Amino acid sequence: MIEVESITKRYGSLVAIKDVSFTVEKGEIVGFLGPNGAGKTTTLKIITCYMPPTEGKVMVDGIDCLENSLAVRKRLGYLPESVPLYKEMTVKRFLNFVAESKGIEGKSRGKEIDRVTETCGLSKVKNRIIGHLSKGYRQRVGIAQALINDPPILIFDEPTIGLDPSQIIEIRQLIKDLGEEKTIILSSHILPEVSQVCQKVIIINKGKIIATETPANLTAQLQKSTRIVLQVKSDSQPIEAIIDKLSNIQGVKNITREDHNGTLIVETDQSKDLRPTISRTVIENNWDLIEIKLHDFSLEDIFLELVTKEEEAA
Amino acid sequence: MTGFRPVYRKEIYSFFASPTFYVVALIFLIISGYFFFSAVSYYNILSFQGMQNPMWREQLNPTEMVLRPFFMDISVIMLLVCPLLTMRVLAEEKKSSTSELLFTYPLTDTGVLLGKFFATLSVLFIIILGTLPSLIYFGTLTHLRWQIVGAGYLGLALLAGAFISLGVLASSLTENQIIAAVLAFGALLLFWVIGWSRAFAGPTLARFINYISIINHFESFAKGVIDIRDVVYYIIFSTFFLFITLRFLESQRWRG
Repeated sequence: MIEVESITKRYGSLVAIKDVSFTVEKGEIVGFLGPNGAGKTTTLKIITCYMPPTEGKVMVDGIDCLENSLAVRKRLGYLPESVPLYKEMTVKRFLNFVAESKGIEGKSRGKEIDRVTETCGLSKVKNRIIGHLSKGYRQRVGIAQALINDPPILIFDEPTIGLDPSQIIEIRQLIKDLGEEKTIILSSHILPEVSQVCQKVIIINKGKIIATETPANLTAQLQKSTRIVLQVKSDSQPIEAIIDKLSNIQGVKNITREDHNGTLIVETDQSKDLRPTISRTVIENNWDLIEIKLHDFSLEDIFLELVTKEEEAA
Repeated sequence: MTGFRPVYRKEIYSFFASPTFYVVALIFLIISGYFFFSAVSYYNILSFQGMQNPMWREQLNPTEMVLRPFFMDISVIMLLVCPLLTMRVLAEEKKSSTSELLFTYPLTDTGVLLGKFFATLSVLFIIILGTLPSLIYFGTLTHLRWQIVGAGYLGLALLAGAFISLGVLASSLTENQIIAAVLAFGALLLFWVIGWSRAFAGPTLARFINYISIINHFESFAKGVIDIRDVVYYIIFSTFFLFITLRFLESQRWRG
């Protein structure tokens, strides 16, 4: 659906993205992940035909972005990072302008506006002036304008930035629902968002792609050891005593103290589940075992690892 | 040209939704009203004197003594208010990043630009037409030749187009509206006063300066003469600056 072929973008002497290539299949929700300033927005701006790449090319639905930009733009719905809207207009009038711009005929315009306001939960504020709306509603207006004319591809640049937690959940749910029939590219620097919503993650740092994987694969790939989180308690013995005992178990690589309430993180070999042995050791030494669980690698860990590796290599 | 209609309608709406339009219209009409009042008063005094002096009576002419100075006065006010109308046209879109929306919708740059240009022109012309009732009233008191009034308004519309095209260019250069207004005003003033230097320029240069000067071409309209050369001048002027603006919009996106 979207093919990005080794695009490079320079702003004067600054190289924003370098030799970036990836493809997005029809119906995928792809997370575009990277720290601030990594080149996410630049890449999205190029895909949406807002600006041309310095080198390389982008094909959307088999159409070249440079050669037939109008046809590409017809297939895209785009929510820019800063959610720019015409603040002096009412929601309805703004959406009417968008519908007219996207070439919807006068008669069906009203119906289309009703449809997107319904989807985005904007029916109540339809006649309010955008400048007077709360941030959450503005975000929805931003999404609504992208949905007008039902484009097959949606591109959202940091769609949940600056929202409160309940709004974030709503917007994520909305994106998930949309993802059932559409191809979506979503940029974010918030990792849980990407792992919850996306089927594929593209990690970009300093203008280069450093990984393209599914969230599950990424975790598996990087999981060279297993971490066990363990909380123990004893009234008489110092914590060091139990750490000593646990270190003697075969397969334990490292033990660190997480806090002063007796929480320990035990790193073990991946080959064997050591939880039974550990719990037995704790009990046999007259300690109380309060909690024991496996600690999953979060995308945060993976991300940090990838980015630091990249920096070490460079 | 896709994009002309939606952008035109949006711009017209934005103008009428913003206080700038009303303030500009108010100031414009107050000043032009004052100029009209003083021109008519002066004409009034002269016609009283003309009753005693038959020699003078022959020279009394409402076109020459009221219409012509009135249209010239309006052109001066336009020079002042035009940058205030054009300054937001593109600068504001850039400042609020709504340009990112506008240029990712399936609209051509030409359509967007022309939509904005003609919307501003329409708005300015609506303000100018606010002066028409005083002329109609004057027409009931004396014999006015309406063709001359028509030529005057046509000239004003063409002049407004030229002013706006330069203002839109200034607005495309920056995202700061004040800078856009100052640039537009400076450039327009320069095109205005350049005509004054024909007095001390060489004959060839004087002819060129005479042609370039934005206001020289308006004088014939104010007298009620529609000269096709002047019409062509204004159309070329507007087209040229709109074309530059278009190229500028494109290059800005190439550079990012």
